[in-house]
Amino acid sequence: MRQGRRTGTTALLVGPAAAFFLLLLVLPLAVVVIYSFGERGAAGGYSPAFTFDNYLSLATRGQAFLNTLLLAPLGTLLCALVAFPLAYFLAVKTSPRWRTMLLVLIIVPFWASQLLRIYAWLLILGNRGIPSLLDLLGMDGVRLINTRFAVLLGMVYGYLPLMVFPIYVSLEKLDKRLLEASADLGAGAWGTFRQVTLPMSIAGVATGSLLVFILLMGEFIIPALLGGGKVFFIGNALVDLFLQSRNWPFGAAIAVSMVAIMLATIALYMRFMLGRSGLRQQALV
Amino acid sequence: MPASSLANGPSAPARDGRGPILAFRRVSKFFGEIGAARDISLEVRPGEFLSFLGPSGCGKTTALRMIAGFEQPTGGDVFLDGERVNDIPAHRRPVNMVFQSYALFPHLNVARNVAYGLLQRSPRPSRVEIDRRVGAVLDLVRLGGFGHRRIWEMSGGQQQRVALARALVNEPKVLLLDEPLAALDRKLRRDMQVELQNLQRRIGITFILVTHDQEEALSMSDRVCIMREGRIVQIGSPTDLYDRPASRYVAGFVGKSNFLEGTIVTASPECAEVKLASGVRIAAARFGEAMRLAPGDRVTVAVRPEQVLLMRQRDALPADIAVGCESHVLNRIFLGEHTEYVLRSDALGEFAALAPRQSERAEKPFQPGEIVTAGFRAEAALVLGSD
Repeated sequence: MRQGRRTGTTALLVGPAAAFFLLLLVLPLAVVVIYSFGERGAAGGYSPAFTFDNYLSLATRGQAFLNTLLLAPLGTLLCALVAFPLAYFLAVKTSPRWRTMLLVLIIVPFWASQLLRIYAWLLILGNRGIPSLLDLLGMDGVRLINTRFAVLLGMVYGYLPLMVFPIYVSLEKLDKRLLEASADLGAGAWGTFRQVTLPMSIAGVATGSLLVFILLMGEFIIPALLGGGKVFFIGNALVDLFLQSRNWPFGAAIAVSMVAIMLATIALYMRFMLGRSGLRQQALV
Repeated sequence: MPASSLANGPSAPARDGRGPILAFRRVSKFFGEIGAARDISLEVRPGEFLSFLGPSGCGKTTALRMIAGFEQPTGGDVFLDGERVNDIPAHRRPVNMVFQSYALFPHLNVARNVAYGLLQRSPRPSRVEIDRRVGAVLDLVRLGGFGHRRIWEMSGGQQQRVALARALVNEPKVLLLDEPLAALDRKLRRDMQVELQNLQRRIGITFILVTHDQEEALSMSDRVCIMREGRIVQIGSPTDLYDRPASRYVAGFVGKSNFLEGTIVTASPECAEVKLASGVRIAAARFGEAMRLAPGDRVTVAVRPEQVLLMRQRDALPADIAVGCESHVLNRIFLGEHTEYVLRSDALGEFAALAPRQSERAEKPFQPGEIVTAGFRAEAALVLGSD
């Protein structure tokens, strides 16, 4: 009787979320996996078959994989490099009164749609933007738009807050007495940063990096707008295959490959966090 | 000894190794308008165990943090082994601290925590040397073989000993302890008090302890420095402070006391006759020539509860008793080795008496409602100025 009631409570608590994930994640994913072994229908779409052709021809989209696997990690790294000093400044050097306001200021741009914000960069980096100013200074022929640089800039700009917050939280939680203990034991400012502050906040860096990396892997608006036709991501290939050329099975194969790469990344992250059992409490997954 | 007699002028103490290991010369620390330390002068001998005792906010932790280098004095000088250290940052001072909540590094194991101080030295000692010293100090605090444990795998008492080892491995000139036992339960705290004291005697490093627990300060220290509102109120050996408190504050903070208000009738350097509020006159002892007393001055007389004798028959009290009065027993509190009685009499008002278990066994315990004779000797009654 008692056991039965407990099972009922569990079902009630977990049920809605489980149904949600089953219907909207597991089921569609299963469909995608099945499609990835099929053939393109005569008029596009899917026709049932069992073939590895889609996977064997992944190399034809090699440039999209290359761009994604190069720029997503690079963008993540740049994000972390820009976010850490900012998070450190907010958590350690700012008075609590200013801190809240500055944190809000970091989120404010997110109240506008991402599309709009990237369009703004399109104008800033476009030929009538910064390059025309440089032209006035005598540096003509500088191209910013439709380059990898532009895509990287857009990615760091768009995902910086997602990196700042986890790092900020880990630095904010850092017990200030540990810093005093380090100084008491003879470590100078740099020694304390290297031996205490950095290792104690590495969990925040890892969490932020995972969040940003996964989202960058699936990014397609930024490369489409700031990369023009030149810098193609996996996401752009998917849009193209599903919506333009309607080769669903090939698109599905690319999607499955991308999910596999992300899962591998998450597995690495978990090994890293669990390997440092000191960080176990701070781990995201 | 009153604090003022400790200030020997502004000259630096001798640097011949026999001078004080630590000295405060008129040290003050203000946080804005708030004085956390006011004109503190103090000298600590090498190998001494000194405690700062006082309630929270009395400035004892600030004093400790100024020794460690975490706070800079706003006035006066701090000397370590004859050297003025006001401008030397914390990481270059030859002192180490055991923090209140230990502040152990959670991302490092026990051995790496202990080795931390050695690794900061330049030139850095060899691996073998570090391993040897870490092993030796872990043995010293009875944690041999625990080097590979993670911090959170250790109990509170063990973490306390890791913190101690982490400080001691650096062989500091002065070891600072900030309420090191506050987080431990009562039984463990008593054990650690004994252990700390034994350790200090064995290794001979100067210990400076900050605590609000009078029992802790009295049981471990060579000298106790009682603080109040940023000032040193009295400094002396535990027995000095207990037997000869300089003020009502000290008498109330160190042990328990019954306080009787009254006015001086006659006073000589050694004793005084005091007229209590009830009109009863008692003889009392006094210490300290600094306190000038004249007939008519308002004073407080302190009597320790264990100095109050209780008898069923009045003539059973010793002949040299200063006061003997009929008292009602209001309450009896059994404390194990002692029994505390709360009594009320016309002459003394409400007061407490402490009877050892032994005398309780010989005579039947007094019961609430009973009327007994209470008395104390003249030398048990101390005349104190009203702060």
